Amino acid sequence: MRTRVFVTLKPSVFDPQGTTVTDALHTLGYASVKDVRQGKYFELDIDAASSEEARRLASEAADKLLANPVIESYRVEVDGR
Amino acid sequence: MKFAVVVFPGSNCDHDAYHAVKHVLSQEAEFVWHKNTSLGAADAVILPGGFAHGDYLRTGAIARFSPIMQAVTAFAAAGGPVIGVCNGFQVLLEAGLLPGAMLRNRGLHFRCEYVHVRVEETDTAFTSSCRLGQVLRMPIAHGEGNYYAEPDVLERLERNRQIVFRYVNAAGEETDESNPNGSIHNIAGITNEARNVVGLMPHPERACELALGSADGRGLFESVINGLGDRSARTVPSSVAAAVGVLEQ
Repeated sequence: MRTRVFVTLKPSVFDPQGTTVTDALHTLGYASVKDVRQGKYFELDIDAASSEEARRLASEAADKLLANPVIESYRVEVDGR
Repeated sequence: MKFAVVVFPGSNCDHDAYHAVKHVLSQEAEFVWHKNTSLGAADAVILPGGFAHGDYLRTGAIARFSPIMQAVTAFAAAGGPVIGVCNGFQVLLEAGLLPGAMLRNRGLHFRCEYVHVRVEETDTAFTSSCRLGQVLRMPIAHGEGNYYAEPDVLERLERNRQIVFRYVNAAGEETDESNPNGSIHNIAGITNEARNVVGLMPHPERACELALGSADGRGLFESVINGLGDRSARTVPSSVAAAVGVLEQ
């Protein structure tokens, strides 16, 4: 089951890469882009009986490995849901 | 005294650490491959710098799950001295042996240069032979050394006197210019509550001989060597290794 995990820095954490991308976009003339936050995106192909089970497994993987809870938070999507 | 130098795939300061303790400080040293489950009869553990597992995912994130880390965790829990340098510090953070996390350097540059740090605490396993307020000149070489901790964690670190090194200028003053990576509160190194685990971004093992530019890093290793007598009264590291062996079975 195709499962997606989006990992992003917590709002309170400074994102030097996002700030640099924002500056580059401003240089290109995209003044309307106020802020960029850079994150990570994972696609997990999970052998699960239900979307609930896939979601549970993906969340567990994110808690243990994909995200660092000190600086990051994550969101899980299963089959677009 | 016997040092175990843990080697992860991608470690690149393991030989520097080995050289410093073995040839400069005339101690026993042994490389321990990350797939080992025992530290042997080590009295102290060094997690060296480098790019363990290619720094994939996050720095130290994969190394944390290497088999040897269970032994390192048990060794630390029993009071054994553990030092993590640069990438080794990042591994200690990911493993939860020290609090906080690393972000990309402010400014995104990989900083490779000499910095000054001030010794803030002298009652840790790796600073007991240093002077309080002593300014050490040591090299850094990292892209992700921007230390971060939540406000409550930071407050606890300050209250428990767990901040061991801060970036300062040559005169020992804490300034923003002397902070090479944007670390919160100019933090260059911290310790755990038991004060036997220390992590820092600068490389003391590369600063043990004047011929290499500085010998200021020697104090960290001399601290743990001099302190062994005190510690052996309450912990027996070889029994720790045996206990880990039992846990593994």
